[in-house]
Amino acid sequence: MTSPPPDPALLRGLTRPRLGGPTRRQVFRAAGLSAAALALSACSIPGRKAAATPQKDAVASYWAGKKRNGVLRWANWPLYIDKDGKRYPTIEAFTKDTGIQVTYQEAIQEMPTWFGKIQPQLGAGQDIGFDLMVMTNSLQLTKAMELGYLAPIDHSKLPNFAANVGAKFKNPAYDPGNAFTVPWQSGLTGIAYNPKYVDGEITSIEELWNPKYKGKVGMMSDSQELGNFGMFAVGVDPDKSGKADWEKAGKRLQEQRDAGLVRKYYENDYVDALARGDVWLTMAWSGDIYQQIAEGRDLKFVVPREGGSIWTDNMCIPMTARNPVDALALMDYVYRPKIAAALAEYITYITPVPSTQAIVREEAAAATGEDKEALELMANSPLIYPSDADLARTRSFKTLSDAEEKVYEGIFQPISQG
Amino acid sequence: MRRKIVPYLLILPGGLWLLIFLVVPLVYMASVSTMTGDVVNGFLQTFHFANYGQALAAYKTQFLRSVGYGLAGTILTIVLAYPMAYWIAFKGGARKSTYLLLVLLPFFVSFVLRTVSWKFLLADDGILLGPLKDLGVLPQDFHILATTVAVIGGLTYNYLPFMVLPIYVALERVDPRVVEASQDLYATRAQSFAKIVFPLSLPGVFAGVLMTFVPMTSDYVNASILGGPANTMIGNIIQTEYLVNNDYPAGAALSFTLMAVMLIGIFVYAKALGTENVLEAAAR
Repeated sequence: MTSPPPDPALLRGLTRPRLGGPTRRQVFRAAGLSAAALALSACSIPGRKAAATPQKDAVASYWAGKKRNGVLRWANWPLYIDKDGKRYPTIEAFTKDTGIQVTYQEAIQEMPTWFGKIQPQLGAGQDIGFDLMVMTNSLQLTKAMELGYLAPIDHSKLPNFAANVGAKFKNPAYDPGNAFTVPWQSGLTGIAYNPKYVDGEITSIEELWNPKYKGKVGMMSDSQELGNFGMFAVGVDPDKSGKADWEKAGKRLQEQRDAGLVRKYYENDYVDALARGDVWLTMAWSGDIYQQIAEGRDLKFVVPREGGSIWTDNMCIPMTARNPVDALALMDYVYRPKIAAALAEYITYITPVPSTQAIVREEAAAATGEDKEALELMANSPLIYPSDADLARTRSFKTLSDAEEKVYEGIFQPISQG
Repeated sequence: MRRKIVPYLLILPGGLWLLIFLVVPLVYMASVSTMTGDVVNGFLQTFHFANYGQALAAYKTQFLRSVGYGLAGTILTIVLAYPMAYWIAFKGGARKSTYLLLVLLPFFVSFVLRTVSWKFLLADDGILLGPLKDLGVLPQDFHILATTVAVIGGLTYNYLPFMVLPIYVALERVDPRVVEASQDLYATRAQSFAKIVFPLSLPGVFAGVLMTFVPMTSDYVNASILGGPANTMIGNIIQTEYLVNNDYPAGAALSFTLMAVMLIGIFVYAKALGTENVLEAAAR
């Protein structure tokens, strides 16, 4: 469990002996009391609010005098880069091309816990041990930006980003002008279902409220994911939503819960439940379901006609990074179409580089046997290269202010936390 | 002089350990529980005791549920563990230590892993329920996962050894000659159990209750892995408050309320059992 950073002064006060009095018992009692008094009155947990968007000179002043060090420490999510046994081909290619040695760690499992881990160190201005990390657009990313934990990005060093990244992955609402982040991979949140149990095709979000599936519906516990689906169900665009809309959506979700439809509010363990038949249809992430389909499981994924969510995992540089120039070099490297294609083939989420689809097609044409099948499946998959129609129906999570977040969480969290 | 210092030197390492890693964080958390603010703007000590009232009002269902689950699980573990401990203590013979090892064996596997494997065993179409459903013994929509039964079952399973061991230790200490003596005085087997063996084993049961009720009530793993939407326990809420909402004061207030509830419960229980000193009874 993560606790707020202890004030060093407080710790010193508690551990330094305060002897000097008569009997031992009194001394202990006095020490205990003064420690308690100190702790109860003197401490607070500092927050640090920074300017939301950096000025031009913020970029210049951050990068001034920063040099390439030839090393890079990178924190990413599990299974989120191409891997060959114990080797990482893309990272090896990067090292070969640039001479930068990379220490790669699958250190991130969940946004809240990750933020909980790095927040005390970043708050104290200390190195977190990584120069590059991958964060989902989320309440935590917004907080990290607001708190000034992220280095402003020098776009003059990112020519491949400018040239190759698709327009819809640039300039996102949660980070205008890509001031602090650039996209790593994206994914869709839609409905996945198991045709063994579900008859016919599912196209509407209303199916999640269909009494036929009582106790067999999976929803996500993340209040942004859950809230978005509630809003789609009541026909509200999350981008333009307000308190009244959230309450309406919350009421609809509560009805679903009260009717006993929801088997469970899942974090990320819904895939097994779906494969095992514990749930028949569930909110799901496109990449997870694609991987199951690629392994031969008979599952379906749809973006409901009322709407689905799109989210992006972003590369960003912690303010306290020791090797930010090296991190910037990697950020640019992964947008080379060939590299992006190799990454996409392994990761199977939505790549921010659209031109990779042509590359995967070419490779499929040249390949044979199983490889060919896999590459063809991928190049034609709407889960990796979603159609414009699908994308038009997708919405991001609403970027919430601190005050809004309290209201929002107050409405949606009790639904999954009953 | 030297003889006077030695005992204090001996408790110094452990004492310091407790001071730094238990007392300091506890005092600090107590302080956090009355702060106000948020992560971005910082938390300030405002002695806002209303945190307690608010947290309790919002989550009293989960509170009562946790205590209920803890009680149910504890009673179930006593029912299961007592005969087991009795058998090992009196009929185990030379193999006693083997049987105790068997009781402890599951502990060589991670807690979470063991709980997750229940999920596979009890899956709706899994190896247990699948065939029964195909045979028509159970209705198609029958399920165990995501029910209260699953969570209490998981708690009972996970904490059973903590009940077996103390009861075993207490029974082991019962002098067989006392039982013999009671039978010499024409007590039936049932009578000598009820009047001799059972009362002598009560300290073990007491220790077992302390060691199972407290962790069961604050457990969050079983509820999150085996439970459904209606099985959330207070531990899950505290975890969410800390890690998801970053609402440290609310999380701390809930933790301290939980601690208080359990302490009061334990003292009431000790009183009812006629044990004057809780810790002494537990250590016996």
